[in-house]
Amino acid sequence: MSELTELTPQNPVEQFLRMDRIPHIWCPGCGIGTSVNSFAHALIDAKIDTRNVAIVSGIGCTGRVAGYVKQDSFHTTHGRAIPFATGLKLANPKLNVVVYSGDGDLFAIGGNHLIHAARRNVDIKVVCINNLIYAMTGGQTAPTTPNDVITSTNPYGTFDAAFNLPYLVEAAGAVYVARWTVFHVKQLARAMQEMFAKRGFSFIEVLSPCPTLYQRRNKMGDGLDTMKFYKEVSKIRNGASTKDVALTKSGEITVGKFVDRERSDYRELMHDRLLDSLGDDYVETEACSCQ
Amino acid sequence: MHADPAGVMTGTHFLDGDHACCEGALAAGARFSSGYPITPSTEVVERFAARVPTVGGTFIQMEDELAASIALQGAVWGGAKAFTVTSGPGFSLMMEHIGLAVMTETPCVFVDVQRGGPSTGLPTLPAQADMMQVRWGSHGDYEIIALCPNSPQECFDLTITAFNYSEQYRCPVFVMMDEVVGHMTEKVVIPPPEQIEVTPRRYTTLPPDEFLAFKPCEDLVPDMPRTGEGYNVHVTGLTHDERGYPDMTPAQQDKLVRRLQDKIKKNVDKITLYEEEQIEGAEVVVVSYGITSRVAQRAIELARKQGVRVGKFRLITAWPFPEKQIAEIAAKVKAIVVVELNLGQMVREVERAVAGKAIVRFVGHAGGSVHRPEDILQTILEVAR
Amino acid sequence: MAKGSVQIVVERCKACGFCVEFCPTHVLALSSAFNAKGYHTPYMVHPEKCSGCDLCGMYCPDFAIFGYKQPAPPKENAAVAAPPPAAEIKEDQDAR
Ligand SMILES: Cc1ncc(C[n+]2csc(CCOP(=O)(O)OP(=O)(O)O)c2C)c(N)n1
Ligand code: SF4
Ligand code: SF4
Ligand code: SF4
Ligand SMILES: [Mg+2]
Repeated sequence: MSELTELTPQNPVEQFLRMDRIPHIWCPGCGIGTSVNSFAHALIDAKIDTRNVAIVSGIGCTGRVAGYVKQDSFHTTHGRAIPFATGLKLANPKLNVVVYSGDGDLFAIGGNHLIHAARRNVDIKVVCINNLIYAMTGGQTAPTTPNDVITSTNPYGTFDAAFNLPYLVEAAGAVYVARWTVFHVKQLARAMQEMFAKRGFSFIEVLSPCPTLYQRRNKMGDGLDTMKFYKEVSKIRNGASTKDVALTKSGEITVGKFVDRERSDYRELMHDRLLDSLGDDYVETEACSCQ
Repeated sequence: MHADPAGVMTGTHFLDGDHACCEGALAAGARFSSGYPITPSTEVVERFAARVPTVGGTFIQMEDELAASIALQGAVWGGAKAFTVTSGPGFSLMMEHIGLAVMTETPCVFVDVQRGGPSTGLPTLPAQADMMQVRWGSHGDYEIIALCPNSPQECFDLTITAFNYSEQYRCPVFVMMDEVVGHMTEKVVIPPPEQIEVTPRRYTTLPPDEFLAFKPCEDLVPDMPRTGEGYNVHVTGLTHDERGYPDMTPAQQDKLVRRLQDKIKKNVDKITLYEEEQIEGAEVVVVSYGITSRVAQRAIELARKQGVRVGKFRLITAWPFPEKQIAEIAAKVKAIVVVELNLGQMVREVERAVAGKAIVRFVGHAGGSVHRPEDILQTILEVAR
Repeated sequence: MAKGSVQIVVERCKACGFCVEFCPTHVLALSSAFNAKGYHTPYMVHPEKCSGCDLCGMYCPDFAIFGYKQPAPPKENAAVAAPPPAAEIKEDQDAR
């Protein structure tokens, strides 16, 4: 290559992006792109064979991440990224399977899949971009929308309780549970890196602004105002009890790593059980491959 | 390519259709299945769960059919041959992922052991009433392949064919059984592996920098990449271009959706399977499929004894529908009698293909049991008169 | 001499202001000029203060800016900041 290329510094995240698809569709001040930077840095810092990292997304603004990250990437159906990822991982255990999707996708339509994957402790890493809203469809109430927030389907304010995601996911059996905001770019990158090293169902909730459909409608400013809000109200409490980390419209945001524990994952459990029962008749597979 | 001996239980067995279907899947190379229990199909995956750990592979019981019908697609992209098995209510839940498999050209097999519906209907009793659902149940325009076994032996044989077609044409392929075929026990001959032809996955031989994931080969079907080998493939249910990138324009929609249809339509002669008997010189031809064809056989024999010249045409591929063959028959006979375990599904296709060139009479049954041969006989005699 | 510098791909910027706000040494400001899409893009008001820490890059949701250690010859910087040909800017569509 030419001397100029060698001298020209490169944005380190670009090697993990489909640059032929940039600019992306996300709005000004949307936090999804920022989270992708942390993800790319985690890929660099984790020092893993990135060819084995596969991304699975559902549908939504966040679901589009699969289309921008230069990895084997699967943009599936609404809510079903986790079962797709389960099949991908079980058939090809060498893959590091990351599910990157939105709060509505993962916890409303896909909520049943999520708790079961956590229960089984399938070795997949879930990054949930929580903008507290259904963004792609125009700002409807999500199972994460805090009380009193105005949405297009609760025009007088929401009144039904929201899920406390870390609490729910811990109870379902996840081995790693953390929450950060897109203000915490470095901590988020570190958490993602930790998640790569973890075996079992791991979950990171990432609070992220949707200025277009959440903040603006609720007179909470734009993306930058939301980032400043995150900076102001976030309290880092590693090891906090997930029971105590529920979110409200404008109260404190507890961030940090809440759960980091060991538990055999689905494949280990399956392997041990089958070996125990079948002995020499058990044929172990590293990967199923149809020649 | 020949079957992997590990999955082939060579020998003569007495098996029911569900178990034979499972053996067919194993012989075809299926090494992953995700399922959700539902009568009368569960026996297929129960056997798979017992057998596959001794062959090398995975069965996982998912939380519902939505999960089962997409977990298998994840497994396919992970490198496995995979299938799922269900019945009526579960099949209804799987519809969205039939569309996903079509759009992402994911080779996979769905087995539907049909029972009476709508809704919970007749959980333990037969029907053939999902024949239009399998063709049209997911949204959008598409083509699929559906096979209809009429015996445990065919449950074995056609499950292998289903896997082979799915790999060849990269589309979901359906084995449309019914409760009776699923539960009837008969002799099933499983040949030695070297006598079983298995279609391998069409993996690309191109290096990543020369490969476009959705660029079709001459037969309109693209080759597949291997996941985890640096192809950085993007697979999406959105309308996409040859790179796999979203391209939501009317022009690309037209190009993609037409190709997805054409790869089946233009190969229809290679795909279509049927069985015919005494069509030449027949006045009446009975068209049926699956279990119904065996009851119809009895009626045909009774009619022949009464001097009626009756031919038989059995659909093995219900989809793509053997339009050409039916049209040819219509030009030669007085009447066609269509027998199926529903209140009128494939008969619509027959009428369309016949296009008024012969009388079409329907012998339907809402399900719960098979037809009485006399009812079919009576219709044959009526139209022959 | 500054320890670091930034590169900005002006046409990708959507002027969210994240980079300006969270640069630890306040190197950046949004300029009064705008790019082809009408956004006021950032520039270095205090290039001498840049450490090349790339925090701006980590915040930028549009992959439009990044920082690097080593002083940049100003002319190269300008070359990268030039807008790409209009044909390269292709709008993706939204799918709802
Ligand atoms: C089966 C189905 N139902 C509904 C939709 C419409 N839909 C698309 S995205 C979405 C919600 C996305 O919300 P979330 O997961 O929070 O993602 P965000 O856009 O906020 O990132 C819905 C309801 C769909 N695509 N598929
Ligand atoms: S609608 Fe909201 S979540 Fe979607 S791209 Fe715009 S800001 Fe981001
Ligand atoms: S590299 Fe660091 S110091 Fe320089 S502009 Fe960016 S954030 Fe500021
Ligand atoms: S963070 Fe990026 S998009 Fe936002 S103002 Fe800075 S360069 Fe522009
Ligand atoms: Mg959301």
